[in-house]
Amino acid sequence: MNGKHKASEPKWVKSTLTVVALGFLTLMLFLPLLAVFAEGLRKGLAAYFASLTEPAALSAIKLTLIAAGIAVPLNMVFGVMAAWAITKFKFRGKSLLVSLIDLPLAVSPVISGLVYVLLFGFQGWLGPWLSSHRLQVIFAVPGIVLATVFVTFPFVAKELIPLMQEQGTEEEEAAILMGASGWQTFWRVTLPNIRWGLLYGVILSNARAMGEFGAVSVVSGHIRGKTNTMPLHVEILYNEYNFVGAFAVASLLAILALVTLAIKSVLEWKLRNDMRKAALEVVS
Amino acid sequence: MKIEVKNVSKRFESYTALDRVSLSIEEGELIALLGPSGSGKTTLLRILAGLELPDDEPGSAVLFEGREVTASDPVERRVGFVFQHYALFRNMTVGENIAFGLEVRPKDRRPTKEKIQERVRELLQLIQLEPLANRYPSQLSGGQRQRVALARALAIEPRVLLLDEPFGALDAKVRKQLRQELRQLHERIPVTTILVTHDQDEALEVADRIVVMNHAKIEQIGTPTEVFEHPASPFVADFLGNVNLFRGRVEGGKAFIGKIALEGSAIEGPDGQSAQIFVRPHQLEIHREPHSASAIRAHVERVQAAGSVVRVQLLTETSEEVTVELTHDRYRELAIQLKDEVFVNLRDARIFLEDFSI
Repeated sequence: MNGKHKASEPKWVKSTLTVVALGFLTLMLFLPLLAVFAEGLRKGLAAYFASLTEPAALSAIKLTLIAAGIAVPLNMVFGVMAAWAITKFKFRGKSLLVSLIDLPLAVSPVISGLVYVLLFGFQGWLGPWLSSHRLQVIFAVPGIVLATVFVTFPFVAKELIPLMQEQGTEEEEAAILMGASGWQTFWRVTLPNIRWGLLYGVILSNARAMGEFGAVSVVSGHIRGKTNTMPLHVEILYNEYNFVGAFAVASLLAILALVTLAIKSVLEWKLRNDMRKAALEVVS
Repeated sequence: MKIEVKNVSKRFESYTALDRVSLSIEEGELIALLGPSGSGKTTLLRILAGLELPDDEPGSAVLFEGREVTASDPVERRVGFVFQHYALFRNMTVGENIAFGLEVRPKDRRPTKEKIQERVRELLQLIQLEPLANRYPSQLSGGQRQRVALARALAIEPRVLLLDEPFGALDAKVRKQLRQELRQLHERIPVTTILVTHDQDEALEVADRIVVMNHAKIEQIGTPTEVFEHPASPFVADFLGNVNLFRGRVEGGKAFIGKIALEGSAIEGPDGQSAQIFVRPHQLEIHREPHSASAIRAHVERVQAAGSVVRVQLLTETSEEVTVELTHDRYRELAIQLKDEVFVNLRDARIFLEDFSI
């Protein structure tokens, strides 16, 4: 990787490739990122903060935090359970479970949203029962949470499965044979071994939960101040030609992305260490 | 603790790992389960530990001290288990690893913190790794890790110690040393011990008794001398140590190799029945002249004189390749050169009729 191979490419190939890659990144990533902040700050800091603190924006930020705050812990628990079941036990239908976990990544988010409308909407299968009990799912917070849970479902499990496969089941077996209960084994042996992978999955899952547009858009109903999340709020403001407002809120999402990226890099480094250690344990 | 295994089978979807295996192990014995990979030895060990359930069949049972344990979980069995790849808890130090089995006990049976620390120190002393108590497993060598795994297994004062290819991942020198340490440890703490291995030297050196396994069944149970000197089947003869195989046949109650009748080879079988004749390299004699009527004519193909014995490879008249081990004295006496004609005598040959061998 450090270019010390004898059969290394000629210099001009390297520099051309570097320039092309950098040019592409500038055009596709850095410029848009810059544009978000530039547009948001165009009318000055006061206007920027005003657009973030107006009631509709605050409500959107709050709803996004609520949706992520419910979806992420739920998926953390489900993800660990699913990865545990898949990697530590043998059972029928395991490969089916693995593909089901991937399903939300394969389906367009709009379709995932529509499925919930069909299930819980006023005309949907469970609609009459829900409305007779005065429960509203679609065009309300529960629908948004459900859609967010669905689209973020794979992230934790997908991170943990390869890691737990690499680590095997012997440590758990050893713990059980020494008299540890299943619970003790999980808290004292399994969880410490997967902590970085778990955190990584949680970070990715959180980024997706806060940034999700398609699925949430279908179930939300876009009621300003009530069922708008941050991405939906950005769209509404933009459609109303309120560019400063739209980009100010968008810049919050961009900051979230940058923070996620930073945490992700640190975790990736930690995770590689764990994986390497697991591999070493087997080899040496 | 006395252990009895009665008619235990384990079938997986596509193959049989154990086929009605019975075995009795006495209190304080060190037993080696020896066999090639896939012979079922590890499955048997895991069933004893409670990590696998045997097939539910009438008459099948696993008894610890006369009590049925087939259904009871690992905690009740109180076994110490050592894995081939150590399975040390990577997020805990050496000391924490050893203390684990005591710390997870329910409050009413858990020793005090001081007692646990004392026990950890004792065990570290036993494996001579006291200075490494605060290291993590990834900072230890393979041999050190396996010592820690052994100490960890002993911490719970197990009723039986189960070792699954414990030295398989170590290099030859460390393996030899740990083997001796295990034997010494067993003399000091005579807990019933079962060692799974595919290394015949390991089994012969360490075990009180060897259980030779092949194809989901037990081929032979006996002391190292018994299985080495009196193998019960061609498989055991072949698996334990280097051995020469001659193809022969029965005629008039004697075994023949080519036209030569083996001395003292009284054997029951119909004329023309083919037979496998096994002779260990040190049980062959080489002479310059036909020493007796049963000597087989051969040529010297290769001589390997480096080592404690001289290994001579011969090709017999009947085109069988034979390895003979000679002392250096005998080798000098004979002054063998490549391509020389020599005569081979078989002592203590084990003869198996083909029909009974499979």
